[in-house]
Amino acid sequence: MFINKGAELSRICKERSISIAEYTLEIEQEENGHSREELLLKMQKNLQVMRESAQEALLRPMQSVSGMTGGDAYKLHEYSKRQTLCGELVVLAMARALSCSEVNVAMGKIVAAPTAGPCGVIPGAILTAAEKLQKSDEEIILSLFTASAIGILIAKNATLSGAEGGCQAECGSAAAMAAAAIVEMMGGSPEMALHAAAIALKNILGLVCDPIAGLVESPCAKRNASGAINALISADLAMAGITSIIPFDEMVDAMFSVGRALPCELRETGLGGIAATPTGQTLKKKIFG
Amino acid sequence: MIKYSVFDILGPIMIGPSSSHTAGAARLAKVAKLIALEGRASNEIVVSEVTFYLHGSFATTYQGHGSDRALVAGMLGFDPWDERLKRSFELALTEKLQYSFVAIDLGDVHPNTIKFVIKRSDGVSVVVVGSSIGGGKILITSVDGEELEFSGDFPTLILKHHDRPGIVSKVSALLYDENINIAYMKVFRQSRGEDATMVFETDSMISDEVLEKLQELKRQGFLTSVKRISPIALGA
Repeated sequence: MFINKGAELSRICKERSISIAEYTLEIEQEENGHSREELLLKMQKNLQVMRESAQEALLRPMQSVSGMTGGDAYKLHEYSKRQTLCGELVVLAMARALSCSEVNVAMGKIVAAPTAGPCGVIPGAILTAAEKLQKSDEEIILSLFTASAIGILIAKNATLSGAEGGCQAECGSAAAMAAAAIVEMMGGSPEMALHAAAIALKNILGLVCDPIAGLVESPCAKRNASGAINALISADLAMAGITSIIPFDEMVDAMFSVGRALPCELRETGLGGIAATPTGQTLKKKIFG
Repeated sequence: MIKYSVFDILGPIMIGPSSSHTAGAARLAKVAKLIALEGRASNEIVVSEVTFYLHGSFATTYQGHGSDRALVAGMLGFDPWDERLKRSFELALTEKLQYSFVAIDLGDVHPNTIKFVIKRSDGVSVVVVGSSIGGGKILITSVDGEELEFSGDFPTLILKHHDRPGIVSKVSALLYDENINIAYMKVFRQSRGEDATMVFETDSMISDEVLEKLQELKRQGFLTSVKRISPIALGA
């Protein structure tokens, strides 16, 4: 069975000199009886859909079904061609994350990663990092197994659901997964990958889930963009040798207890936070009458 | 601790925006259609009309989450990752499928529950109730007013019989002879001696030959109804 704690994962990987991705592939083979090739192929399908959804709304403005949001990925992509403050890498990562989000709310095809709400964080961060680092598809696919491993640990010890843990459990978990994946893609150790994941969780600790009209649109799309950037900076911090003072497992526990302490208004009910603002309420009325 | 596969975390591949309100809704409708048609693949009998009774958060958010289009898509037999899902209203016109949405309070049930009232082209009506329980997973909880429970993840047999000793073993022996491993099995009945429902979820597909043998048991009076449901995958 997949190990229960990050510390054990780090120890096993170190003892056997394997990556988190390799460990995850091994366990998945044992548990579900698929061959390594089958698993890589299945993950390649995820990568394919991630790529398409990260691209689609860059090239043409896409509108959500409710009509509330859309067209921002296109704007950001156009802007990325001019002189920007953060530079092309950061702006592209945000644009790709927004694209996935916009495709999702326009009823397009996405990969839940780890759920539909934050589906842009992992593609935005990983695809952009891989492009800059000139990584092959095989390396990207392996990094997605690293991302899954972090997601499994968070699911086992806390939650990936906004209704249970707020946005920190969705966009935060996605950023932690992406950060660890990028660290392994860059040749960092499993221990460094776990530090990156812990830092990403720390950066977003306490963030509430407060969707306007209860729909996965606003503020979700922009939090996908900031989630992707959270992953990139957490990966860079860890690659510089900076450690998370609070270990990954304790970070996951902290995220879970903060999530449980959030009132239900701030856990995906659309009753608190920005959903409760006058503008949020007006938009809700406009959509649902 | 709960076991997770890598693809529970990265996946499913689905049409947005919500795994429970869109992907789960499409899957629920597709399974409801299979139940209504009793697993028939032929085009002799089709669904001509369906009323979706929406409970809980489905009732309040179904338009914003595209649950309406997803439900119609499922009734047309589309999978949760089929890109035609968004255009299901137009496609329903071509298929001459009539549909309507009604908000309802079904009482103390899962917050994301739908009751399907399905009219077939041969005049038969079938009522299915099911819930979207998160991440695109579903649970069917009632067929034609009889309580039962299955997930649609496995090949499933729904068999009705008069409650008397020996029937369960007759069916399980038949499945054993055909080398079909039973993953889950449950028996539901209203009261002792009345009609009972058996649900078998199996590890391997139930062939036409096995179905025919079960139909034979029905002709012999051991069973009163035989339905075979193919599993509906969560993602592409």
